[in-house]
Order: sequence, then C-alpha cells, then structure tokens
Amino acid sequence: MTSPLARTPLYDWHAAHGGRLVDFAGWEMPVQYTSIVAEHTATRTACGLFDVSHMARFRFTGPHARDYLEGLVTRRVADMRPGQIRYALVTNDQGGILDDVLVYCLPHRGPKSDTEHAAGDVDFAMVVNASNRAKIAAWIAHHIAGHNGVNFLDRTLETAMIAVQGPRAIEMAQPLVEHDLASMKYYTGARTKIAGHEALVSRTGYTGEDGVELVIQNGDAASVWEELIAAGATAAGLGARDTLRLEAAMPLYGHELSEQIDPIQAGLNFAVNLKDRQFPGRDALEKRLADPTTPRRVGLVLAGKRVPREGYALLRGSAQVGAVTSGTFSPTLEKPIAMGYVAPDCAQIATTLEVDIRGRTEPAQIVELPFYTRQTST
Amino acid sequence: MNPPNLLYAKTHEWTRVEESGGAKIATVGITAFAVEALTDLVFMELPKVGRQVKAGEAFGEIESVKAVSDLYAPVTGEVIEVNSGLPEKLETLNADPFGAGWVAKIRITDDSALSNLMNAAAYEKQCAEEAH
Repeated sequence: MTSPLARTPLYDWHAAHGGRLVDFAGWEMPVQYTSIVAEHTATRTACGLFDVSHMARFRFTGPHARDYLEGLVTRRVADMRPGQIRYALVTNDQGGILDDVLVYCLPHRGPKSDTEHAAGDVDFAMVVNASNRAKIAAWIAHHIAGHNGVNFLDRTLETAMIAVQGPRAIEMAQPLVEHDLASMKYYTGARTKIAGHEALVSRTGYTGEDGVELVIQNGDAASVWEELIAAGATAAGLGARDTLRLEAAMPLYGHELSEQIDPIQAGLNFAVNLKDRQFPGRDALEKRLADPTTPRRVGLVLAGKRVPREGYALLRGSAQVGAVTSGTFSPTLEKPIAMGYVAPDCAQIATTLEVDIRGRTEPAQIVELPFYTRQTST
Repeated sequence: MNPPNLLYAKTHEWTRVEESGGAKIATVGITAFAVEALTDLVFMELPKVGRQVKAGEAFGEIESVKAVSDLYAPVTGEVIEVNSGLPEKLETLNADPFGAGWVAKIRITDDSALSNLMNAAAYEKQCAEEAH
C-alpha cells in the first residue's frame, strides 16, 4: 500500500483548472494545465505562475545558526548579510551531492535597525528539493547534535510557496507585496507582508527569467494565486518548469545531481568555497578540484527533431563516452537540447558526439551553457 | 468523441477496416484521447511502406516535449501507404485525428487480431479510467 500523496494549499485550484496531476516526490502536483509549450512561452514572454509549495522550507534560528550552516554547506555563509541568498550544495563526506539548496540570510523577525542586523542578529532559511526533504532534514539533525544555540524547524507544511516568473513578473507581483520589488537585486530576499500577513519575498527562480518567489501562509495561497492570475499571469506546471530550467541549464537533483556526482563535475565551482572552511566533503572536493579525469557536465544541441532523453548513451565513434541526464525539445530554440556527463577529453565546446536514440544515433554538438539567456532589461 | 464505426487498441490507435478488391485494408491512426494526452507534439516517425507488421508490434513513434511513445500496429499485415505529409504537419493530429490525421494503411494478412480491438464504447470506458 502506498501512502497518500501530499497536497499543497493550491491543490483544489489545480484540480479545478485542468491541472494534470502526477506524483512528484510524494506530492500531487500539476505537470501541465494546457500545454507545456504554451506555459513555457508565457513565462518567457510575460509571466508564469508556479506552485512550488512542495519544495522544502527549513528555518534556522538561534545565536549559532550561522556557524552551524557555515559548517554544513559548500558555500560561505559566514559573510552573508541580511537579505542575501546563496545557491549552495550539501555534500556528503566523499563530496557527493546530497542536494542543491538556497540559503537565505534574513533579518531577525521584529523591528531592528540595520546596524543591529549587521551585528549578526539574523535567522537563516533554506529551500531544499522536495525529493530530498527527509534526507536533508535527517542530515541536518545528525550534524546539529552537539551544536548548542541553533534551532532547526521544518516549515514546509505551514507555508505555501509561489514562483512568479517572467519579464512581467515584477510588475504583476508588486501590487500584492508590501516590499518594493524593483529595489531588490537578484538573489536577495526580504521579510514583508503579502495579503496583510507576514511573508517572505525573494528575487529568485528556476526558469532563467527575472521574477520573485513568495513564501506565504497556507490560508493566503489561493487568494494570492487568484490575484496573480487575474493580473494576467499564466499558471504553469512542472512540465514547463522542467523545460525552462533545462534551457537555462540549471541542474536538477536526480538528473544532473546525485550522490555519485560532485559539484566540480557538475560545473558548480562557483558554489564551492574551500578556503579556510570546513564542511562535510571539503577535503574530498579539494582533491576532486585537482583531478582532471572525472566526467563533466555538458550541454548538447541536436540538428534533427528526435529528442535525447535521460539515460541515452553518448558516443564517440563506437565508444560510449557519457550519458544524457536531461533532454527535451526546447520550445524557445525549437531544437532538441540535452545535458549530460561526458569524459573530460570529449567535453570541449563544439565537439560533435553521437547520441543513441533508441538504437539509432544522431549527431549532437557540445555547446556553451546555458542554452538560453534572458535579455536583461535596462 | 470516438467515432462508433472504428475499432480501438488498448494502446490508443484506431482502425477502420474496409474491403477493397477482395483484400481487407485497415486505415490506422492515433485517437484524440492520445493526442490530447501527448499535447506538445514535436516529431513523428512513420512506418516504411512495404513493411510487414504484426499486431502489437511497434511500427512508428511519436514524440512530444515531455516524452516519446511507440505507435503499435493494431493489425497484422503489410504497410501499403503512409500519410507522408503528417510528420511535417503534426497539428493535423490535433485538428482531425480520426480523418486527415490518419497514419498508415495496412493490408491485413491475418485478421485474427481484429478480435482484440475494442468498440468505441469499450474504449471510451478505458479512457475514462485512465483520465482518473
């Protein structure tokens, strides 16, 4: 017997609006409402609305929250200022990726001056992949033992999270959010009020577009969602989320990332700070950095229309040199695209490999990532 | 709506059988339900004319943004004609899946597999179950 699927506070809306609901990491989530391409295009050209309430939301409070996180993730937390958000990895002792996460440094709840915040009176939040929620919570619990002065809270089920993404996202979300969104830099967040209640807004996303993500109270989720729809946003499902993130070359746990992959192979060096730091896997990663033999993450574009899918072999001549981890037909480029891992001597840009698509090979060229970069507005 | 004069496979192909010059010719296509489920179609591979197919055998493929699916021959016989313009006009499958969106014609050499196909009412029931 399987356990019943979890539902977000927006489940009823999804079901009532044609959402095709699937099991995603134990949550009953919409994969699409109308068409993946239509939802994708709406996000690239105007504004897509995503229910990401299934993502795990953790909170760390207490005087030693910062030190604790500094010793947990691959990226420096010690110098984070209130409002800053950083992409980081949680790695095991071998340097394998347990998850990719966002770490939020937030002003402590309650009225405080900026100087007091700078003095270190901050809380931290972490957004974790839904599929890794239990694993990371257990990892945190294990590593928190012996750390006094840090409290860990899983807030996933008490809040909803909505991603508002696209060139018109800021304009559409602003009327609902007290905080001035235009003044926010990318990868910053703020405590604010949404629908009159305490909420969190961040200028983040997983689509390659500008936009915000809102963490709100469960009871406000439906009204906030409806207001954004009324403002002209298009509801978009996990299908479009996947094609959007793939065009933007953002790795997805379980595909590009796993415990068998380290951040260096994945090309995520920017999220690894080794100097004067200690965290699980740190020493292993230092060795990996110097090791040129491990497979590398690459992007591939195909000329035809057949789409490389996860697991398909990448060949040079008759030898397998790697495998596809994600592939789709890019709605923006109108070409098949894929990410995968290949031997480093095959990873150079412009190298042509072959991908075995169900027994027939098609040429696939290695290209610079990302496949798609948004035009930044002036 | 699934036309009542067609036969349906569990794998969502439709079949129309007609007599022509003493032979039984099956026109085969993909149901509206399947097209709707696939949504964003990007690629289709037709079977080759002249190919001998067995009922239940994969004889083509159709790819959407999300996934690829095999097309299964609903009958046993020889592929005598394919809708060669279809892969370049996949929107025809959305517009007219039971007519202009036909995929292939098969000259039936063994009609025993026809009894495995469903009528419209039975297929309707299967679709209702799959839809939830």
